[in-house]
Amino acid sequence: MSIPRRFSSVHAWFQARPTFALVMLAISLMALPFLVGGGLGNSWVRVLDFVLLYMLMALGLNIVVGYAGLLDLGYIAFYAIGAYVYAWLASPHFGLHLPFWMVLPIGAAIAGVFGVLLGAPTLRLRGDYLAIVTLGFGEIIRIFMNNLNAPFNLTNGPQGINLIDPIGIGGFSFGKPFVLFGQTWPPTYLYYYLFLAFTLLFIVIAMRLQDSRVGRAWAAVREDEVAAAAMGINTRNVKLLAFAMGATFGGLAGGLFSAFQGFISPESFTLWESILVLCMIVLGGMGNIPGVILGAILLTVIPEALRYLGDMQRAAFGQVIVDPADLRMLLFGFALVAMMLFRPAGLLPSRVRKREFAARDGAREQEQSDLYDARA
Amino acid sequence: MAMTLLRVQGLCVAYGGIQAVRGIDFEVAEGELVCLIGANGAGKSSTLKGLMGLVRPQGEIWFAGERLHRLATHAIVARGLAMVPEGRGIFGRLTVAENLEMGAYLRRDRDGIRADIARAYDLFERLAERRGQLAGTLSGGEQQMLAIARAMMGRPRLLLLDEPSMGLAPLMVQKIHQTIASIASEGVTILLVEQNAHMALALSHRAYVMESGVMTLSGAAAELRGNADLRAAYLGE
Repeated sequence: MSIPRRFSSVHAWFQARPTFALVMLAISLMALPFLVGGGLGNSWVRVLDFVLLYMLMALGLNIVVGYAGLLDLGYIAFYAIGAYVYAWLASPHFGLHLPFWMVLPIGAAIAGVFGVLLGAPTLRLRGDYLAIVTLGFGEIIRIFMNNLNAPFNLTNGPQGINLIDPIGIGGFSFGKPFVLFGQTWPPTYLYYYLFLAFTLLFIVIAMRLQDSRVGRAWAAVREDEVAAAAMGINTRNVKLLAFAMGATFGGLAGGLFSAFQGFISPESFTLWESILVLCMIVLGGMGNIPGVILGAILLTVIPEALRYLGDMQRAAFGQVIVDPADLRMLLFGFALVAMMLFRPAGLLPSRVRKREFAARDGAREQEQSDLYDARA
Repeated sequence: MAMTLLRVQGLCVAYGGIQAVRGIDFEVAEGELVCLIGANGAGKSSTLKGLMGLVRPQGEIWFAGERLHRLATHAIVARGLAMVPEGRGIFGRLTVAENLEMGAYLRRDRDGIRADIARAYDLFERLAERRGQLAGTLSGGEQQMLAIARAMMGRPRLLLLDEPSMGLAPLMVQKIHQTIASIASEGVTILLVEQNAHMALALSHRAYVMESGVMTLSGAAAELRGNADLRAAYLGE
């Protein structure tokens, strides 16, 4: 059951009033940055923006890993490509300042092409072998970004690229504070709505893809590639499409990140980031969009919340005994182990995964009762 | 004489340096049920894989007057070949109904697909009972039936069956036997690969016998059943 029983009556109540539920959801999403900013401080609105950026990435990676079953450990490379393309085309680095509505699609498209470039040589690989190649790909991109400052200064090396243009339409810039209700609000509020719009768009696309013909083909390839081919599915194209779609999502998210931060360097695109995004999917529930969303929220918010533990320790003991950053890793490990033990299909598992684990339990019970019959 | 649907000449299949199939010739006529029998490692499954483009074969393959050589598997399926792979190859984490729908992947006629699914449930009552169940939880025999029903969903002109009786209980083997006979009686052309020579020869019109990658015998199934060499080699007499 994806919804615990004690919530099911509330759930049913909302289900009977879909329009009302939708309006409520829309209002809460619109009000969220003001509530969070008012309650926890403006720095948390920034966290909220990052939640949405990670959600975009997790939705993209979910296409590759959750739908098509291709384990990709270098996903952050596409995010990096999208971010760097944005920086090249809209910063003083090359003196180019193209508008965002040109730069974002270009970045997403180039990331998509790199997705195919990664996919093409790895078509015959599966599971562990594919994971190793994709991991290497992610590192190659990062190391290139780190070193391509000579002979021609493409990436400005480890120093990264600075003063990247914020997103703006006409004279209106997302990068400047704005005045509303007689108060000045930081740019993080505006970016929230922009990222929210992209997230909703991604969710719709991901849902449509899952139920499409391509979505069914991905499921078949995930289950048994030879049998999928025997159904008449062009397994090569279908796998390349998964890589390309996932990479496009990642590239777009990267472009948004670049504009939002105003500064990028290879440090933002480490293997750890790839693993983090993968963990969001695994923790939330692979292949299931609500699960992926929940995973992205939890794994972005919890590490931020843990920062308070440092202040709390200082207040209580006068010094920091356990560094919150170390604690983060510890809790992360615990969370994944606990999840595998208690909710192996993820917090909000997909229909397929849920059925699979239920079937396994059923089979075990069957086996046990058969054993009992044999003894009796 | 019915039209030749499949004509194979000098088919070779190799895995690296190992030659699994060493230049075989055979034919299947429209509406015929032909079996290919042989011991383990004779090259039977490799022959089917070569036909389906799952491995890259050498030689000539003609299907309904068209050369299949070097086509990709999905393109071969689109031309009317369907294979039930060895070990069944069902989609374990999809339901029985979803497996059947996947078999009609290349078809666009929704009504026809729905009608064919209903027909599949008529033919296989067990599948109808378990339509919402995960295919991976079915018994071996039920999975085999699902694999055959799924292949039929593509309305193939030629159905390739790779050892459908493998690993099944005798009762289930009988049931599969009946199923193949009833599909053949509907006019579907079948190429059956089997180690179970008894069953295969009882079903088929004609038979080929393979040994170490080459054809050693061929002829009418009834004739081969009387062949002393074959009886010695495969029927345990």
